[in-house]
Amino acid sequence: MHHGYHHYTTPKVRSVSGVGALGKSGTGSNSMDRAHRGATTPSFDPTPPPSTPHFHNEDECSTSTPAEPIRLTPVHALILVGGFGTRLRPLTLSWPKPLVEFCNKAMILHQIEALVKAGVKDIVLAVNYRPEVMVSVLKKTEEEYGITINFSVETEPLGTAGPLALARDILGKDDSPFFVLNSDVTCTYPFEEFRDFHLKHGGEGSIMVTKVAEPSAYGVVVTKPGSTVIDRFVEKPVEFVGNRINAGIYMFNPSVLDRIELRPTSIENEIFPAIAADQQLHSFDLAGFWMDVGQPKDFLSGTCLYLSHLTSQHSPLLTDPAQNKWVYGGNVMVDPTAEIDPSAVIGPNVVIGPGVKIGKGVRLQRCVIMSNSTIRDHAWIASSIVGWNSTVGRWCRVENITVLGDDVTIKDELYVNGASVLPHKSISTNITEPRIVM
Amino acid sequence: MSSVTKGVILVGGPSKGTRMRPLTLDRAKPLLPIAGKPMVWHPLAALAKVPGLSEIILIGFYEDNVMAPFVKESQREFPNIRISYLREYRSLGTAGGLYHFRDSVLRPPVPQHIFICNIDICSSFPFAEMLELHNKHRGVGTILGVKVKKETATRYGCIVSDPETSQVLHYVEKPESWISNTVNGGVYMFDVSLFDEIKVAMDLKATRAQNDPLVQLDENLQLEQDVIAPLAAQRKIYVLESNDFWKQIKTAASAVTANALYLKDYSKIRPDLLSKGANITGPVFIDDSAVIDPTAKVGPNVAIGAGVTVGEGARIANAILLENSLIDKHTVVLNSIIGSDCRLGQWARVDGEPEPETAVKGQISVSVLASEVWVAPETHIRSCIVLPNKSLGKSAANQVLL
Repeated sequence: MHHGYHHYTTPKVRSVSGVGALGKSGTGSNSMDRAHRGATTPSFDPTPPPSTPHFHNEDECSTSTPAEPIRLTPVHALILVGGFGTRLRPLTLSWPKPLVEFCNKAMILHQIEALVKAGVKDIVLAVNYRPEVMVSVLKKTEEEYGITINFSVETEPLGTAGPLALARDILGKDDSPFFVLNSDVTCTYPFEEFRDFHLKHGGEGSIMVTKVAEPSAYGVVVTKPGSTVIDRFVEKPVEFVGNRINAGIYMFNPSVLDRIELRPTSIENEIFPAIAADQQLHSFDLAGFWMDVGQPKDFLSGTCLYLSHLTSQHSPLLTDPAQNKWVYGGNVMVDPTAEIDPSAVIGPNVVIGPGVKIGKGVRLQRCVIMSNSTIRDHAWIASSIVGWNSTVGRWCRVENITVLGDDVTIKDELYVNGASVLPHKSISTNITEPRIVM
Repeated sequence: MSSVTKGVILVGGPSKGTRMRPLTLDRAKPLLPIAGKPMVWHPLAALAKVPGLSEIILIGFYEDNVMAPFVKESQREFPNIRISYLREYRSLGTAGGLYHFRDSVLRPPVPQHIFICNIDICSSFPFAEMLELHNKHRGVGTILGVKVKKETATRYGCIVSDPETSQVLHYVEKPESWISNTVNGGVYMFDVSLFDEIKVAMDLKATRAQNDPLVQLDENLQLEQDVIAPLAAQRKIYVLESNDFWKQIKTAASAVTANALYLKDYSKIRPDLLSKGANITGPVFIDDSAVIDPTAKVGPNVAIGAGVTVGEGARIANAILLENSLIDKHTVVLNSIIGSDCRLGQWARVDGEPEPETAVKGQISVSVLASEVWVAPETHIRSCIVLPNKSLGKSAANQVLL
């Protein structure tokens, strides 16, 4: 997709506080309201995570002894946010993809919190569109965690490596390694272990890898026998060469920046093979779940994985089935401000956002109901995403990766099968086969 | 003394009504409940209101014991009219059966007029208007004529008539090309001389059989082609053009449409048959022995048979529920027929599309569940035909489930 960029315009890197348009939301006050709620949603944990020895060390380093940095402790991270998130439309027509709530918390906040927990202080968001709404939301996050969030705005898409060069001033500020992650990826984000791994092997780069059942659809990472050193990459292998694939989370020494030019570049296809050729690239096995949640089907699968993970951790974020008879099968997350009729049956794998109303005899499973939506009596919803401020009518049946955008209304008694409904739309006839409703 | 009138309903037999399957696999088509009453009850009840009508004869080739309970029950409901069922030894055709039983029809009191109805007609049966027109002309018979869409007209017997005199000028059964939008409504009134006309047709057929070895000599004769068409050619037939509701009940989908038409008609002629309630909308028939949870929303155009149970928060519209089915909590039934002894689990959904004006071959609109079909909780059955004794654990759409 990057072929044909012959001209390159001047890139800009700017910090949140340096953005002149701060507070002037381009998408109106309604979006602003939602932005703030997203950032202060009750499931958002405002207390800093417990200090690990590294975190503590880092804390000292950045406050009491700034003149003498511990050189190898990473404080920088770059999140590849990219473009308009068209794969997650119609949700991303109303809201930037990183702010779409994944399990009741903006996707990017999951990542920022995990990075903060690993001691990161300075985060670059590599974006290629106007980020005003994100700026206003993340301003609060900056204050809350005492971190700096920089927006690195590409005027043309720079691929997956170009943004690193664009953010060179921050990432290359000192000799400490930095994290790079794709914004669509959900997992347990074991950044501390990953960092320890990276520091220990001493190579230039580390790639998190995850095992998949069917590696033929991915790029497979092949290591040298008995070692973590990556030997080669095999794109969409025809015969089995391994089942570890790139999980989209990396750690690099700043020296890697010398390998990247400021032009559209693919980190996977151009930079990794070069580092691997120097035997400087290692793979780190990611434990637990992993999912690229960039499109609705995977967003739902990722939600299930994340909820299962929370269940295994006995997380208080989940609704206790023992105390709420309407929970069926577990893995149910409900915002405390949501109103659930006790005759509803909800679960497994359901996320219900703030201000949602669930009527009598409603049946929900494997679905996400975003903030301020209403599910009316006896409706049945499975494997679908109900976007913000939407209404599903009584006795409706909604299923098969239906995605309702912001402020969509489904009239009573309708069957909606695999529809993608654009915002502010009212549906009054059955949608029997998957299609996009403009 | 007013003239003696008799009614004949041609109910057909087991080899007829196959397009109503699977509903007619274990039930005779005339007995299929439409708007809570057997299909045959509707013309019968309309005939019973004709002043001076002394007798109603059902002619068909179902076993006697199939029709006997209905005849007995009708006799109880209409004690002043003699009601009987005459069984053809085999299918004799619409005119053949009538002619075969002419002695029974003509037994005293000898009728001057005979009303004849086909079983598969849903209509207001405007017998009084037909009688009025009939008494104004000197023809042998009066046909109920109904207007249909131009695209569908050629599926029926098409009628061209004199708009002034109502005299039928031309009659063609199922023509190849369009002739008229007025078609034979399957309801007739004849003078008793009809039997002479059928005799003529019989003789004609016998003559043809003698001259042409390909024509078989039997009693089989069709009222439309063999009697009405020649009578029209002789200008002996008149047509009462009615704008009232009319529907041919050929398929299961058309039964749902007919159900709605009869229920709507009840609000005019039999409001006592309709149920009322806070969660009942539009015309709804509910058998006294059915148990409907007050939180269930029912209607419009729903007929619920004996022994049916409808659970809390269920939703039923545009549907026929035969006997003893269980519709569980939060379950939805729309544009469907649910056979007897079915069970629909919680949050199941059985739905379909309303009958289209022109059916597309191979496309199922209304869902039909035959008897003893079980639908698992949360399962969705959409536009399916389901044969008896099936257990459905998976959702299905647009198919016949054997």
